[in-house]
Amino acid sequence: MPMIFEEIRSRAISEWKDLKHDDKPHFLVGAATCGLAAGAMGVIKAIEIELAQRKIDAVIRQVGCIGLCYAEVLVDIIKPGRPRICYRNITPEMISELIEDYILKDNFRPDLALGIIGDESIGGIPRLFDLPMMASQVRIALRNCGYIDPERINEYIANDGYTGLVKALEMTPESIIEVVKKSGLRGRGGAGFPTGQKWESSRNVASAEKYVVCNADEGDPGAFMDRSILESDPHSVLEGMIIAGYAVGAKEGYIYVRAEYPLAVKRLRFAITQAREMGFLGKDILGSGFSFDIKIFQGAGAFVCGESTALVLSIEGKKGMPKPLPRPRTSEVGLWGKPTVLNNVETFACVPPIILRGHDSFSSLGTERSKGSKVFALAGKIRNTGLVEVPMGTTLRRVIFDIGGGIPDSKRFKAVQTGGPSGGCIPSHLLDLPVDYEALTQAGSIMGSGGMLVMDENTCMVDVAHYFLDFTQKESCGQCLPCKLGMKQMFEILDDITKGRGKPEDIDLLVELGEVVARGSLCGLGQSAPNPVFTTLRYFRDEYEAHINEKRCPASVCKALISYRIMPDKCQACLICLRSCPAKAISGGKKQIHVIDQSKCTKCGICLEVCPERFSAVERVSGLVLISK
Amino acid sequence: MEDRLTEILSSYQGERAELVPLLQEVQAHFSYLPEEVLLGIATFTGIPESEAYSIATFYNQFSLTPRGKYIVKVCLGTACHIQDGPRILDAVEGELAINPGGTTEDNRFSLERVACVGSCALAPIMVVDENVYGKMTTKKVKEVLERYAYDL
Repeated sequence: MPMIFEEIRSRAISEWKDLKHDDKPHFLVGAATCGLAAGAMGVIKAIEIELAQRKIDAVIRQVGCIGLCYAEVLVDIIKPGRPRICYRNITPEMISELIEDYILKDNFRPDLALGIIGDESIGGIPRLFDLPMMASQVRIALRNCGYIDPERINEYIANDGYTGLVKALEMTPESIIEVVKKSGLRGRGGAGFPTGQKWESSRNVASAEKYVVCNADEGDPGAFMDRSILESDPHSVLEGMIIAGYAVGAKEGYIYVRAEYPLAVKRLRFAITQAREMGFLGKDILGSGFSFDIKIFQGAGAFVCGESTALVLSIEGKKGMPKPLPRPRTSEVGLWGKPTVLNNVETFACVPPIILRGHDSFSSLGTERSKGSKVFALAGKIRNTGLVEVPMGTTLRRVIFDIGGGIPDSKRFKAVQTGGPSGGCIPSHLLDLPVDYEALTQAGSIMGSGGMLVMDENTCMVDVAHYFLDFTQKESCGQCLPCKLGMKQMFEILDDITKGRGKPEDIDLLVELGEVVARGSLCGLGQSAPNPVFTTLRYFRDEYEAHINEKRCPASVCKALISYRIMPDKCQACLICLRSCPAKAISGGKKQIHVIDQSKCTKCGICLEVCPERFSAVERVSGLVLISK
Repeated sequence: MEDRLTEILSSYQGERAELVPLLQEVQAHFSYLPEEVLLGIATFTGIPESEAYSIATFYNQFSLTPRGKYIVKVCLGTACHIQDGPRILDAVEGELAINPGGTTEDNRFSLERVACVGSCALAPIMVVDENVYGKMTTKKVKEVLERYAYDL
């Protein structure tokens, strides 16, 4: 280990220890985008005001996302001599009480706590990592998320950060590639191409210039692990990229990040500057003779740029349209025609621990062909929404029910959508499917980037297919006909079905068109776009038939096939819905039962939402209400 | 406008690869890409005007028409879609009396529908400029918009 790094590391470790033994309390607030959306800034402000009023000297810091988004805003408190307690669902109104009770009176408030981060357990508060949603997790890519302050490089270093890089710089590039190959790491962005093999093919091309590109374009709706890693632990991605650069012989790297992720961009900029100051980026890294630097490129919004050749063209200042076939591999002919290693955020974040702890630490987890752990983004109709990282091969049931807490409001599980617009919907009878690349493909879906959208009985599967086709046909770059026109036709057929204009022959036509689109399209976007239609037809054909033959939406979602009705026996004539109706479709008055004029109703559902719960007089019904008066 | 453009261009070299970052910076200043500015950038980077136009219209981020002071984005990613996102969009449309892509007459708000801002765990989501609002309801739409309705 070079002297210079040893000094940096021992200073970082002692600072990290001081954090626990400081004589003032520390407040660590989860302030990644999820935390911010739940109101983290308001909580921070409330803490500041409360501390000032009570004249308490304390430190307030922002950390990233630990993945328990459903419990945001999360506030960790480290009090002198006490372990780090994580409090959940904190609002500004609760701050005064929490500070009074815990900081002043030493009452742990177990009722507000989620768990203790660390090995101790006090005051009846469990250890966070013993909780059902954390216990089965193996956190490799998410190792530091929500744990360290992403804007302090020393906290990253104190937790083994850049130690993998130091070790890598003492190895030969070939042996690094060998470790990555043996680890079994496959691309976490979707296609699952073996990472080591990709690096090797770049390494083997003789070229003075090579590039490392990080795909942080995370365009799949429903996936947010890359955003979270960038916001919560940006150095893990930088370190992975630097190691890749050394292994393939590249001097320059780019991070292609979505413009929709402003906080990720900010944290990355900050991290790059810090890494340069400390000598992890730039010329002659840690005296090794190896030079490497990273630039940020902000994507301008085009889903198709997830395709490697399109992404590369986009950085070059051109339209992001996939190159025609036969396409050269980006690893051989990529950015400006040079060999380019292109991996996504999660893949790079996995690299430093693999190098540091050896290939076994990763390859010992998972299934035969899908090694290691994978981050999944749980969202939709599931209790514990957020990010989880589990060994490959964990069953869907375990992820959704044991870790995710199952379906809220006593509703029934209907399907889980994996792989975003390129994936499919997996029904309940396949819940015991082990999640890996092969098993998901066999079920008609794909792993994709790891989004898991849980759907319950109130989700319409035809509407879901319609939704995805709407998305992909808009995002088609338009250069090849099967994708551009085929998907448009598929979308219009689905549109007809959801609007009650479906014909019995539409189902066969959808399948036929889908096959043409899948086989004839130039890139992955078109090739996989029919998957949502195929899987919903395969597993939920009865819902299509109900829409087509009975003009009925069983889940009561498709606007054209549902109605809202005020039940006369329950209506208390309170005027609330009448006043809230934006279409002025409700008649009635004081002491006069309200009635919806179906010809004016736009089915926005506001009446149902505003009707006081104690009356619950508005209902949504499948089919059309014929008698409205 | 010309002075401002000259100032922005002064930190670029005029290379092709700078086109997208340049368009992004210009849009951040003017809220959209005014025609003369787009043409000026084409000349500066040596890209034919037609191609600069084609690139500016290829990417979703760019707007060729002026936009309001605040950009309201309603997320319609999958999680938002199945959790009432479309009704949030309806409510915003009703409240502002514009459709996605439109700008209010007083130039205060522009409305966009976006496909996933990556905060799926707190769906449905609405974003005003860079402020993200989670677990939206039609009721909250009004409250959120009011925060931006009166400043100068």
